[in-house]
Amino acid sequence: MKILVAVKRVIDYNVQIRVKEDGTGIVTENVKMSTNPPDDNAIEEAVKIKETGKATEVVAITIGEEKAQETVRKALAVGADRGIHVKAEGIVEPLVVAKILQKIVDKEKPDLVFMGKQAIDDDCNQTGQMLAALLNWPQATFASKIGIKDKVLEVVREVDEGLETIEVVIPAIVTCDLRLNEPRYASLPNIMKAKKKPIEQLNASDLGVDTKSRIEQIKVEEPPKRKSGIKVANVAELVQKLKNEAKVI
Amino acid sequence: MSVLLIAEHNNKELRPFTFNAVTAASKIDSDLHVLVAGHNCADVAKAVSEISLVKKVLQVEAEHYENFLPENFATLVVKVSKNYSHIISSANTFGKNLMPRVSALLNISQVSDIIKVISPDTFVRPIYAGNAFATVKSTDEKKCITIRPTSFDAAPTSGGSATIEKIDGTEASNISKFVKREEVKSDRPELGTARIVISGGRGMQSGDNFKLITAIADKLKAAIGASRAAVDAGYITNDHQVGQTGKVVVPDLYIAVGISGAIQHLAGMKESKVIVAINKDGEAPIFSVADYGLEADLFEALPQFLEELNKLNTIQK
Repeated sequence: MKILVAVKRVIDYNVQIRVKEDGTGIVTENVKMSTNPPDDNAIEEAVKIKETGKATEVVAITIGEEKAQETVRKALAVGADRGIHVKAEGIVEPLVVAKILQKIVDKEKPDLVFMGKQAIDDDCNQTGQMLAALLNWPQATFASKIGIKDKVLEVVREVDEGLETIEVVIPAIVTCDLRLNEPRYASLPNIMKAKKKPIEQLNASDLGVDTKSRIEQIKVEEPPKRKSGIKVANVAELVQKLKNEAKVI
Repeated sequence: MSVLLIAEHNNKELRPFTFNAVTAASKIDSDLHVLVAGHNCADVAKAVSEISLVKKVLQVEAEHYENFLPENFATLVVKVSKNYSHIISSANTFGKNLMPRVSALLNISQVSDIIKVISPDTFVRPIYAGNAFATVKSTDEKKCITIRPTSFDAAPTSGGSATIEKIDGTEASNISKFVKREEVKSDRPELGTARIVISGGRGMQSGDNFKLITAIADKLKAAIGASRAAVDAGYITNDHQVGQTGKVVVPDLYIAVGISGAIQHLAGMKESKVIVAINKDGEAPIFSVADYGLEADLFEALPQFLEELNKLNTIQK
């Protein structure tokens, strides 16, 4: 069994983002970038499945500018076998990402495609579901547990009401939630070894996918600031304020 | 053209966020139709028809719609979508699961999680976990949109009498199967929808100390949250995590206890209506977003807090 894992390079979750003064977007120059957190869970899960002998190959793919390759390299350092980097500039909408991934799936013929449930930059939460639709494969989103039973995947999903268990027929798409596993750190020897693993480079335009944006970003602005609050002297005052002023208890 | 909202329900009753979605959808176009697909869901269709903002209900019954599998649902929505300019659902796990599948089948670039309707093609949506707001314009002819329920008021549940039209469904896909659903058996509200949330951070010092928080949560009928630091330290399981990589919450009251206010935590709670911070470090960043800050040792403040609440004894739900 072969598993394709899609990873995205995003601004590190610990960085306080800054809105560009001209309102055209977010400042990304000289900002620490990392792999989108739930994509780390996706890679971890794929590598774990390979370690149990149920998968034979884990391929990591990313779509984006030159430096996006770093996320693939990191995936290789924690156990992926080889990488694919589809070069594309600027904002690539989820529908376009899904179409690019579809082309790669046609070529690579994986049995499973894993990715994070959502990217923490655009917060779209679309790509996995869209890819599933384009391929006419089943989808298991928000996965917090994955079991492989022959030709079927049993997946526990985190939904608003609690947990839902579904079965999907392989080939399938899984989008991973943070509770799925604990991503490992790459050891230094493995980081060195990863440098020798192959990364195939492709251009989005060569794949015959229309990369044009359908959503125009008119402006990006900071959310309205909260008015500054007050310090209370003690618990009694706090409770009185909550009851009589804010009226929330 | 009319707009189509996909109702979220459990075959017996509507999930409450559908009422918020109704309000949002009606801001796009007043000719609002609602699709109720399920199994033995006539009561739901009737409840939807009574919402005054709803002009028409489309009801579809089939066993394979009972558990809302997107493989079955998406083909149905695509079939029904022909006559509509906008397809809408709420941006919770139901809508997030379904709508992108519909979008891709219709070759539409979806606009997720909108918090404001500016015009039928222009919307505001939060990005970077609410650290920035983007105004976006969809250039697709038809639009697929999910809405953030907490950003729109719930529509009045009565006063309407929309017609209910029964329509034919689509075939089952047979590539996915529902097995079971385990609803969280707790007297506490869900973290994502609770009116009050009380969260603990690394300042709690141990998992055992969370009982101080639990006692107050019980008293206030609040959900319990935690910072990533508390989760990473193993004090509490990560389904409680509030923040950019956890849950984004927008309660009426958010109480942060022993939480310094890391960026990633603030991203998950700073839209709350009223924020309380209890921290012994007066310089902690959490105070910059707090409406009421209490600089105190939480191990003294929490028992006092409970005591004061007990004194009130008039807590309304």
